[in-house]
Amino acid sequence: MTSEAHNARVSSRSAKILDGVIIALVAIASVLCLVPMLHIFALSLSGNSAIMAGKVTIIPLDIDLTAYRSVFGNAQMIRSLVFTIVLVALFTVISMAMTIMAAYPLTKKHLKGRDFFLFVIVVTMFFSGGMIPEYLLVKNLNLLDSIWALILPGAINAFYLLIIKTFFSSIPVELEESARMDGASSFRILIGVVLPLSLPVLATLSLFYAVGRWNGFMDALLYITDQNLYPLQLRLYEMVMNSQVNSMLEGLGTSPPVPESLKAASIMFATIPILLVYPWLQRYFVSGMMIGAVKG
Amino acid sequence: MEATTRPRAREAPRWQIKALVRDWQLYSLLVLPMLYFFTFKYVPMLGAVIAFKDYNIFEGIWASPWVGFETFREIFQMQGFYLALRNTFMLNLLDLIVSFPIPIVLAILLNELRIHWFKKGAQMVLYLPHFISWVIIGGMAIQLLATNTGIVNSVLKSMNMAPIPFLTEPLYWVFTYLGIGIWQSAGWGTIIYLAALTGINKELYEAADVDGASRLRKIWHITLPGIKPTIIILLIINIGHMASIGFDRPFVLSNPLVTDVSEVISTYVYKIGIQSARYTIATAIGLFQAVVGLIFLLSADYISRKVNDQGIW
Repeated sequence: MTSEAHNARVSSRSAKILDGVIIALVAIASVLCLVPMLHIFALSLSGNSAIMAGKVTIIPLDIDLTAYRSVFGNAQMIRSLVFTIVLVALFTVISMAMTIMAAYPLTKKHLKGRDFFLFVIVVTMFFSGGMIPEYLLVKNLNLLDSIWALILPGAINAFYLLIIKTFFSSIPVELEESARMDGASSFRILIGVVLPLSLPVLATLSLFYAVGRWNGFMDALLYITDQNLYPLQLRLYEMVMNSQVNSMLEGLGTSPPVPESLKAASIMFATIPILLVYPWLQRYFVSGMMIGAVKG
Repeated sequence: MEATTRPRAREAPRWQIKALVRDWQLYSLLVLPMLYFFTFKYVPMLGAVIAFKDYNIFEGIWASPWVGFETFREIFQMQGFYLALRNTFMLNLLDLIVSFPIPIVLAILLNELRIHWFKKGAQMVLYLPHFISWVIIGGMAIQLLATNTGIVNSVLKSMNMAPIPFLTEPLYWVFTYLGIGIWQSAGWGTIIYLAALTGINKELYEAADVDGASRLRKIWHITLPGIKPTIIILLIINIGHMASIGFDRPFVLSNPLVTDVSEVISTYVYKIGIQSARYTIATAIGLFQAVVGLIFLLSADYISRKVNDQGIW
C-alpha cells in the first residue's frame, strides 16, 4: 500500500469524524432550543402532584386536562384572545394601507418634495420623543384605554416602509408607463399594476406587522388599564409573571398562587397560534430578512 | 431630475398640467401618512421640551414655566439614574462579547452540514424562539429556573446539589439574562451570515480541494474571510446601539431582588415616569438616552464609512 492511499484513508476518516461533530453540535443547539418549550408543554398536560414532585421533564405525567379546561373556561382569557385577534387584524390592515400609501408616491423621482418627505420619515428611525412624551400624547388625545392606543402610535414602521418602497422601485417602469398610456390614473396603477406585482413582499410585511402586534406588550402595559381591553400578552404577564414574582418573594403575594400547570397551559394558549402559522412565518420572514439585507 | 423635467415642461405646458393632476393623486396618498408622522413622531419630539420645563398637567406643556437644565442637574444627582445607565452599558457590552460570536459559529456549522433535510429541520427549530414574545419567554424562564419550583433546580436537588438562584441572585441573573438572549436570538442571527456565505465564490473551495486543504483550513482561510465584511458591519451596528436597550427583555426577566443589575434606562423611565408620574424627570432621562444613542449611532456610521467605504444604513 502506498503512503498516499493511506493518507487519503486517514483524511476520509477524520472528515467523517468532523461531519459527526458538526451534526452533533447542530443537534445539541436544536435540542436546547426545543427543550424549554417541550417542558412547558409537558407541564401544561401533567397532574399537579407530579409537577410538585419535580418529576415532569419533557414528557407529561398523569395526563390531566384540568389546566386547559380552566384556561378555555376563563372568560377573561377568551376575551383577551378575541380582542387580540381583532386588534392584530385591524392593525395589520391599517398599517399596510398606510405604509403602501406612503411608499408608492415616494418611488416617483419626479415628485416635488420627495426628498423632504423621505427625510421626515428617516429621521424618525434615529430619534424619538421617548416613552413619556408619547404616553402624554396618547393621554391628551384621550386614547388611553382604547384599542386605537394600540394601533395608531405604531401604525407605520419606517423601516418596513423603506423595504416596500425599494420593492416598488424594482418594478419595471415600462409596466406603469404602458398603463399610463392607456389613461390609467396613479390610483389605478397602484391598485391594478403595482400591488398585484408586489404580493410576496406585501405578504411578508403583513406578517411582520401581525407578529409584532401579536407579541407586542409594552404599549399595552402603558396605555391599557381596562381589563376588557387587555391583549393576550398583558393578560399573560399579569397572570403568569406577577403571580410568580410574588410567590418567588414568598409572603408578598396577596392572591393565592396560580398552579404551575395552569401557568403552563396559559403560556401554551398564547403560543399555539404562533406555532400554527410558524411554517409560513419562517419562510416569509427569511425572505423578508433577505430583502432588508440586500437593501442595507 | 430638475434638469430633465424642466425643458420637457416648457415644450408641452399641457403635459405639465397633466403631470400636476397626476401628482395631485400622489400627494393625496401622502396626506394620511404624513399626518401620522407629524402627530405620532414629531409631536412627541416637541413634547420632549417638558424636560426643560416645570411641567404641570393642569397648565399643559406650553404654559408650564421654563426651568432650563435644572431637571438634568437633578437627574445627574440621582443614584438610580447612574445605576440604570451603568446596567444599560454593562448588559449591552456583555451581550456583544458573549452573544455576538455565537450566530457566526452556528452559521458556519449549518453551512458545513451536508444532509439537506437535517439542515432545513435544524434551521426551522433554531429560528423558532425569535417568534416567541418576551412575556412568554419570561414566563417560561421562571417555570424552568425558579429556585423552588423550577425544573432545573428540582433536577439539581435530586442529584443532591445546591440549587442555583438563576433569577434572584444578581450575578446569576446576569448570566441568565445573557443565556436567554442567546436562546432567543442566536438562531435567527445566522440568517444574515448564511446569506453572506452563499455569496462566497465556489471556485475558491475547488481550488483549495486541488491543493488538498482540510475542511478546517477551508473554513479558516475561505469561509471566515468571506463573511468578514458582514461580521464587521454587524459589529459596528451593535456598537452603535450600545446606549439603547429594549424594554421587554429586561422588564420581564427582572424582579425586585435583582434591580441592582436589571434596572436599565428603559425600565427606569417606566418606573419614574409612568408608575410615579414624575413626567419631567423621566422625559429628561429619556431625552438624555436618545441624544447619547444618536451620538453612538452617528459615530458608528462614521467609523463604518472609514472602514468599509459604506455607511451602516
